[in-house]
Amino acid sequence: MAKRIDVSDLDIYYDDFLAVEKVTMTIEPRTVTALIGPSGCGKSTFLRSLNRMHEVIPRAHVSGKVIMDGQDIYGHDVDPVDVRRSIGMVFQRPNPFPTMSIRENVLAGSRLNNRRMKRSDAEDLTERALRGANLWEEVKDRLDRPGSGLSGGQQQRLCIARAIAVRPSVLLMDEPCSALDPVSTLAIEDLIAELKQDYTIVIVTHNMQQASRVSDETGFFTIAGTGKPGRLVEMSDTATMFSNPSQKATEDYVSGRFG
Amino acid sequence: MRTRSAGRQGDRLFRGSATLAGTLILVTLAGVAAFLVYEALPAFVPEPGRAGTGLGLASYVWPLLYGTLVSSAIALLVGAPLGVGIALFISHFAPRRLSTVLGYVVDLLAAVPSIVYGLWGVTTFAPALVPVYAWLERHAGFVPLFAGPTSPTGRTILTAGLVLAVMILPVVTAITRDIFLQTPRLHEEAALALGATRWEMITYAVLPYARSGIVSASMLGLGRALGETMAVALLLSASGGVTLNLISTANPGTIAANIALQFPESTGIDTNVLVATGLVLFVVTFAVNLAARAIVNRRAEFSGAN
Repeated sequence: MAKRIDVSDLDIYYDDFLAVEKVTMTIEPRTVTALIGPSGCGKSTFLRSLNRMHEVIPRAHVSGKVIMDGQDIYGHDVDPVDVRRSIGMVFQRPNPFPTMSIRENVLAGSRLNNRRMKRSDAEDLTERALRGANLWEEVKDRLDRPGSGLSGGQQQRLCIARAIAVRPSVLLMDEPCSALDPVSTLAIEDLIAELKQDYTIVIVTHNMQQASRVSDETGFFTIAGTGKPGRLVEMSDTATMFSNPSQKATEDYVSGRFG
Repeated sequence: MRTRSAGRQGDRLFRGSATLAGTLILVTLAGVAAFLVYEALPAFVPEPGRAGTGLGLASYVWPLLYGTLVSSAIALLVGAPLGVGIALFISHFAPRRLSTVLGYVVDLLAAVPSIVYGLWGVTTFAPALVPVYAWLERHAGFVPLFAGPTSPTGRTILTAGLVLAVMILPVVTAITRDIFLQTPRLHEEAALALGATRWEMITYAVLPYARSGIVSASMLGLGRALGETMAVALLLSASGGVTLNLISTANPGTIAANIALQFPESTGIDTNVLVATGLVLFVVTFAVNLAARAIVNRRAEFSGAN
């Protein structure tokens, strides 16, 4: 079920290098939060720190707190594997498992949790997740075909189906449309609007129009210069951010004067 | 315009040399096959008073072929999983510094000449295995494979297979390690983001991606094991005959080692018989490779190459 995330004073490091500093924000349940900002400002790093995916790089670590449902996901006794099971992620480039069929891709996450699933349950879950990702009608006759045979937009929706099949509390999206054509982008944006009813969504995007179309809240990240840490400049509801931001840097960025 | 025609000339030259190289491979293969068939032919004609010719050839080749297949199968069963395991450790588990060192050691193993493996097998490995075989006979003697009586020297077909396993280890490890390292980051992250543990990520993303490479590496290793001559010739105390027993004194020989041992003293029809056994080995190796290709291609659609 959708959950709220409270981030306080989060510093993100790669080894000794401070990549993002002092981020404090609250992500409300059943909203879409967009993170915008110039390249290298740390918005993707921040997104990946929300499900501890940045830790795939050796010696990456954080200080500060990320509280979800009353529990710090960086607590001593918390396994990153469990964090990732409840906070799903969709990546920039569609990445269905090439050696699996469409059905196997959808069920991949559930098979991790529950190896023996009844056939009928698996069928139900496959259909529910694919319907949830608006892909069912397009693929229902070829569930046993490889997922890599779909178009880019379909592959990305397959990845969304795979992510929501495990019923996460939060869905993180890292520029999910940047590798897609406008029609597929529209399909994903419509889908985000539907998913909002059940999930907390955080989306990183380079596209400011997209941020203003899909999100309720927007956070603007920037970076002072190369080698300096990225930081959150301000965060507010999307309408305010794009019409009347309180910071000059935000205004310059959203009005296209910079970035 | 001058540069352009020069470019074309270079193009033509390159195409020509590449085509030549490609053709040379086919010609060489055909040449070897033709030689084998031509030299082996006399052995297929029955010669009175000479066992191993005509129909007798089959009963001469069969125990050797059996020994070849058994020792290679042992090598593959032991060497391939071990090699894949080492490669996985190097690519996904070991700290970077350790994995670099291990990589060098594996490459070094590949450079050790086969005669050295043979010497090591005879002087060190085989004697070391004698008590192991004795233990096996005592506790697992009801299994025909370990029925005994055990060889006092340890120079059995099982020892030969294990030495071959060590010999194919570097090939399998080096190739599969390179493939494991090439697994798209994208797919590894897809698995991790679903909440996969390291091992689950490997079963979801790494092993499926590397599947055809693992088969190819194993087949290269198997090819080496099938054709290995010196180590086996030195190590195996062969008495001929087909037996299930892996640890006794009665061991089948292998085709390659048998040729090496018999050839210096063979003349006339004997030479033809030996070449005929070589032809059998050639055909078997060829068939093994074809089978491996077929296995790899059966699921080509799901390979991720499309």
